Amino acid sequence: MGTINIGFLHSLVRKEEKLLLAEFGKHPDVSVVMLDDRELVFDLCTVPPLDAIIERSINHSRALHALRLFDSLGIPCVNSYRVAQICGDKILTAVALRDHGIPQPDLRIAFTEDSALKAIEEIGYPAVLKPVVGSWGRLLSKVNDRDAAETILEHKTVLGSYHHSIFFIQKYIRKQGRDIRAFVVGDECIGAIYRHSDHWITNTARGATAANCPVHPELADLCVRTAVAVGGGVLAIDLFETGEGLLVNEVNYTMEFRNSIDTTGVNIPARVADYVIARARAGSRA
Amino acid sequence: MIHECPVCGAELELGSGLIKGELLECDECGSELEVVSDDPLTLAEAPEAEEDWGQ
Repeated sequence: MGTINIGFLHSLVRKEEKLLLAEFGKHPDVSVVMLDDRELVFDLCTVPPLDAIIERSINHSRALHALRLFDSLGIPCVNSYRVAQICGDKILTAVALRDHGIPQPDLRIAFTEDSALKAIEEIGYPAVLKPVVGSWGRLLSKVNDRDAAETILEHKTVLGSYHHSIFFIQKYIRKQGRDIRAFVVGDECIGAIYRHSDHWITNTARGATAANCPVHPELADLCVRTAVAVGGGVLAIDLFETGEGLLVNEVNYTMEFRNSIDTTGVNIPARVADYVIARARAGSRA
Repeated sequence: MIHECPVCGAELELGSGLIKGELLECDECGSELEVVSDDPLTLAEAPEAEEDWGQ
């Protein structure tokens, strides 16, 4: 078998990227080509000699467009442009989940202050306002009453850029101090963590602590079906536990896993590297 | 390898194997630093997080 050339699309190199590079380095038949998104120039024609690309950019907008460009040149990407497009936009994610019958929190989408206020009142307090594009729990608002709703909607409209006036409103789920982040590689849920926090936002980037979450059949099945719904690949899925079962909250396509390797006992970067190498060998798109 | 923190001037003892783009933290001032060149090793303050960063 010949050498496999893997393009490693990145910007800043975080702990996750170092771990992935170390795993690729264990394969003597794999050559990694670093692709810093701050230095790339595309001409729509030149096809780089790569068998696959792993996308690890920190910027969603750069990742999205770079993936579209590489995808247009016929290079398999993990994840694909389509997956990045869906997962990077909470509205597109919600539609994909709905289309595949995946349970999710009740939600509304509105485009003006007045209609958003009506939507919040309809869904009931507390409600959660989220930016359609965003992560790390930034700019999330838990709206406890009408006064807060009016204030936040006005601030978003006046002070935010135009995309902050696309209002994504979600029913607040009381999660008893924890939610679940599960990791899917291909057609397998390889591990999961509970994210514990006294704060209603349970991102580890915001100080939540991680503990192992056993992957029971209901969780595994829902996560794999969720991955299929958004196009498959390497994904981190955030879920809420409720009395009526699990709800999928968000799906992340450039997953961060530094706090989850020791916690789950799963060598997540090794599983990801193996998947990317297999995709490169298969030479086909997901 | 001893290098100077470009933010506070503290001496940083760095291991080998650093690569361009890698993030480090200064133990002294807590600044996030980026390896902007690995030959010669050059550090700069890491860029501020942007709105579409991270997952």
